[in-house]
This record gives sequence, C-alpha cells and structure tokens, in this order.
Amino acid sequence: MTATATAPRHLLSGLVKVRELGIILALVLLVGYTAASNPRFLSGQSIRDILLNTAILAVMAAGQAVVVITRNIDLSVGSVLGLSAFTVATMMSDNPGLPMVVAILVGLAVGGAAGVLNGVLVRYGRVPALVVTLGTLYMFRGVTYSWAGGQQVNADELPRHFLTFANDAVLGIPWLVLIALVVVGGVALLMRNYRVGRELYAMGSSPQAAELAGIKVARNLLGAFILSGALAGLAGVLFAARFGTVDAAAGTGLELNVVAAVVVGGVAVFGGSGTVWGAGLGALLLTVIGSSLTVLDINQFWQQAIVGALIILAICADRLVAVRIARSLRKKDSHV
Amino acid sequence: MSDLARGGKQKDNAVLEVRRRLATWDSIIVLLTVFVLVVASFSVTNFGTSRNFTFMILDLLPIVLVALPMTFIIVTGEIDLSVASTLGLASSIMGYLWNQGLSIESIIPICVVVGAVLGAINGFLVTGLGLPSLAVTIGTLALYRGLAFVVLGDGAVADFPFTYTGWVTGTIGDGPVPNVLVLILVLAAIFGVILHATPFGRSLFAIGANAQAAHFSGIRVARTKFWLYVVSGAVAGLVGVLWTLRYSSARADNGAGLELAVVAAVLLGGVSIFGGKGSLPGVLAGVVLLAALQNALRLQDVSGQALNIVTGALLVLSVLLPNIATSIRTTWQRRKLRRAATV
Repeated sequence: MTATATAPRHLLSGLVKVRELGIILALVLLVGYTAASNPRFLSGQSIRDILLNTAILAVMAAGQAVVVITRNIDLSVGSVLGLSAFTVATMMSDNPGLPMVVAILVGLAVGGAAGVLNGVLVRYGRVPALVVTLGTLYMFRGVTYSWAGGQQVNADELPRHFLTFANDAVLGIPWLVLIALVVVGGVALLMRNYRVGRELYAMGSSPQAAELAGIKVARNLLGAFILSGALAGLAGVLFAARFGTVDAAAGTGLELNVVAAVVVGGVAVFGGSGTVWGAGLGALLLTVIGSSLTVLDINQFWQQAIVGALIILAICADRLVAVRIARSLRKKDSHV
Repeated sequence: MSDLARGGKQKDNAVLEVRRRLATWDSIIVLLTVFVLVVASFSVTNFGTSRNFTFMILDLLPIVLVALPMTFIIVTGEIDLSVASTLGLASSIMGYLWNQGLSIESIIPICVVVGAVLGAINGFLVTGLGLPSLAVTIGTLALYRGLAFVVLGDGAVADFPFTYTGWVTGTIGDGPVPNVLVLILVLAAIFGVILHATPFGRSLFAIGANAQAAHFSGIRVARTKFWLYVVSGAVAGLVGVLWTLRYSSARADNGAGLELAVVAAVLLGGVSIFGGKGSLPGVLAGVVLLAALQNALRLQDVSGQALNIVTGALLVLSVLLPNIATSIRTTWQRRKLRRAATV
C-alpha cells in the first residue's frame, strides 16, 4: 500500500531530474562535437561570449518560467527589454554622472510597470494572458518607436562606467554573468523553498483548487507578471550596457527565444511543473547552439528554425512523459 | 383589457428583442465600423477618395483572407499563430522557384500546397499528438519563419511578370473596385455560408462550446480541427503569393507580425477567444474597422510602428470590453434580484 503511494512520487522526481540531465547531456555532446571540429570554441574569449549572451536570455527566462508555471505566458518581454534599454540608454547619455545602480533600478521600474499593466489586465480584466501580452508586445514596441523615431543611442554617447560594466569582472566572473547567476539562483530558491513559490506551482496545477484553498491568487499572479516584467527591464539595462548601441528595435522577437528556453528547460506549458534552474539551462543550450552554428560555419539563418523545432520537440517530450506517467499510474491502479 | 395587456407585452418583447440584437457585440462592431467610416471620410483629407478606397482594400486583403479560416479555428477554441510565418515561407519558396525558372502558373499551386502541408503539420501536432495549439503554433511560427530565411536568405526576388502583379494591384475596368475585392467577396461568402448555414458550421460551434460533448454527439472533433489547420495553411500560402505579387517582392520577412492584426480583427469582430461564439459578418466588420482606423491614422502621418499601439490596444480592448460589460450586467441583475427579494 505504501509502496504504491510513494512510487509515483519517486517516478515524478526521477523524471524531472532526467529532464535536466537530458539538457546537460545535450550540452556536453554539442560542446564536445563543436570543440572537436574547432578547438577555438573552448578558448577563454569564446566561452566568455557565450556566457555573456546567455546572461541576458537567462535573466528573462527566469521571469518567464515563473509566469509559465502559473499556466500563463508573457509574450511582451522582448518589447519590455526594448523600452527599458532605450529609456536607460537615453537617461545615461543625458546624465553621464548617474551611477550604474540607478540605471539598474530604472530598468527594473520600467519593466515592473509594464508587468503591472499585464498582470492587472489578466487578473482583473479576465483577459487571457496570451491576448494581453500579444497586445502589449505591440503596444510597448509602438511606444518605443514613436518615442525614438529613427534615432538611436550610440556607444560614444554613453558614459564609460556604463559600457565597461558588461565586461568588468569580479573574481574573474563578469558582472553580467554574476547578475544572471544571482537572479536564476534567487528565483529558483524562491520557487523551490518558499511558500509563495509553492503557491505559484499550485496555481498552475489547478487554478480553481488554488483559489478554493485560500491562496491569494490575485496577489501572486500580479507578482509573477511584475517579476517577469522587471527582469525583462533588467535585461534591457544589461543589453544596453553590453551592446552600447540601442535603437527602437532592440530585442525584437526575443520573446520566442525566451519561451523556447523555458519550454526546452522543462517547464510545461500547462503550468505547475518545471524549474527555474532548468529554464536557465535552456537559455544556455540555445546560446551554445547559436555559437556552434557560427563556429561550424553553418548558415546563421538556421538558428531561428532550430529554435522553433526545439520548442515543438520539447512540448512533444513533455506530452510523452505525461502520457507515460498516466499509463503507469493506471497500470498500478489495476494491479491493486 | 387582457388583449391590451397582451399587445403591450408583445410590444415590450419586440423592443427587448431589438435591444438584445443591438446589444450583441457583432452589431455594436458593425455600427462602430460604419461610424468610423463616416467620420473619417468627413474629417480626414483624402480618406473618402476612390484611390484611397482601392488602397484600403489592398491593405486589408491579407488580413481578411487569413481571418476567414482563423475565425473557424478560434470558434473551435484553438488558435493558429503561425499563419504569418506560413505566408513568409510561401513567399520565399515562390521567389526561389521563380529564380529556378518555373512558370508562375505552376508556382502558385505549389505555394498553396506548401501552405496546406505546413497547416497539416500544425494540425497533426495539435490533434494527432494532443499538444496545446498555442504552444505548437508559437513553435511553428519560429520554425516556418526560420525556414523562410533558410530558403531565400535576406535577399529579395523582384522580377515577377506584370501580367500577375498588375492583376493584383489593378482595378476592374480602371474603376475604383480592385480585382482582388471579387476574390475577397467570393471567399467570404463561401466561408460565411459554411459557418452559418451548414451542419458542419454548427458542429464548429459545438466543438468550441464543449469539445467532449461534441465528441459524444458524434462530431469527429480531431478530424475537423485537423482540416481547419490545413485550410488555414493553404489560405496563408495563397496570401503569401498575393502579398509577393502585390509588392512585386518575394522576401523571407514578408507579412511578419500579421498574425497579430488577424487575431485582433477576429476578436474585435466578436469571436470569443474561448471558442463557441462568433459570426463571420462581425469578423468582416472587425477587419474593415481595423483597416479603416489604420488607414485614417496613416493619412494623418502617424508612423507605421506607432500604429501598432492602436492594433495592440484594440486587441486587448476587444476582449476586455465585453468582459466588463458582462460583469456590469451581472452586478446589475444581482442588484435587481436583491431589490425584488427585499420587496
């Protein structure tokens, strides 16, 4: 009796581990193959570039993972990144004396405000997250375009301390990577070990049950969208610092990569399962694929197609796992 | 006395019926569309000219054609976000085949078939494997657009024969009515009749209202949805051809972002995103409203990118406003009931 009760739990936790192990295995194989055909792939500069590129994607993926775990989606993150990057770049070129902390706080605030709008429309307007964030994707981008027009902020207009931030390192680790690690680690911890994190999982597993169980669904949902928006805003600051040149098109289409990272990282689109840690690994895998294509001299245009194929592959895998679990549970039931 | 009362009651019922009809979202949207058209033609310079009419029809051509099968899909409670990428891939393939020396007459059916195959892939993933259509079509949105770039790169193919490009941009007998309006009207009529006057159309509403109940009443839910995706893909392929001919340019990024305008128009036209509700005349009004607003703003020198604010806001409002109306109505009814209870 106890055996049948505990077996499914073992099975589930085993599968989650398998999922993340699978990504790590894919990473090892990909890196091994690419490095074998071109050893420069493992040079310090190349690894540094990969980590810097992963950092921005991973920060956004952490926020997106939380939203997807609640059985919602935030498609506006690419536009939020653009809005935040342009706001911060304009601010820094007008006031070169401002410290980096202010830039980061402004980025978080811009993104957080965008998240409030999304969250309020989803929760209180009872509009599906897909519709809301598809709409705000275009609204935020339109706002950035009508503000920026055709102009852009160039690297030579930005203060030095802002531009060197991306490359400055602490103990050999660039700030950008450090921030990404803290964000992914922090959000992962919050989701795994804290009450509010478990409540978010519960909301994703069954929204009605969560509401009946007395979970503050409105507050949590708003919090999830604000977190996703704020992290996209933070990513905007990192984007501006890393690339130096910012125009109204910054981050266009990035939402696809973010969703891909999250889904590939094992966060189920039905909500309620997956880890933030996995989403971070998904971001790393996508970035490594992009770099490998360059090193292996494969047409860059394949990258977007691969992103799409990976999304579909990941949902197929999730479905397969779900079907298998259901079948094994049914089999156990019939034996009892 | 009783006759009088009955007459009064009948009159009340008639008034209520008219009010109920008028209060549905599709009729509101039709009235709003007429209102916008009238106001714009009086207040916006050049809006009411026949030349502008031609351009407006050409601008709404891709939206309205893709919106027809999209209406069917959303009525069944699913969604297809990959349509714009299917359009782009069809356009890329058209450019590639034209460069290979194939004739337009053979390229056009190939592009439509390619679209149908891409739609069938969506349909198989959604109905065969039972995956959520939102996630599947976000995936194929990226996949098909990526393949479009693989096929054609970031270049453009532009030397299509005037016989075809001229037909798409041309008008009937040099009047104001564009040739493509005939195509729009024929297809809209076919889709409208299928949705509102055939058992198949009724079954779509049944699937959207409750897929399980529809299944148990003998409707082949999976097979129906599969074919809807095939039709959606085929139409998107056809629109890829028309788009290429209209701008006389085959590019991998043709039609990028069109899915937003299409979904916005369909929802604006009163189709419920949760399925089971909607009408084709409403959708047509939604398309015209969207196109008229964009056209009027563009005539007043609002930039194309800023127009996205309007499209995005309309998309959100089209779901938000009916929700607000419903919640106001329920509070109103509750208050009425409470008052009746206290009396």
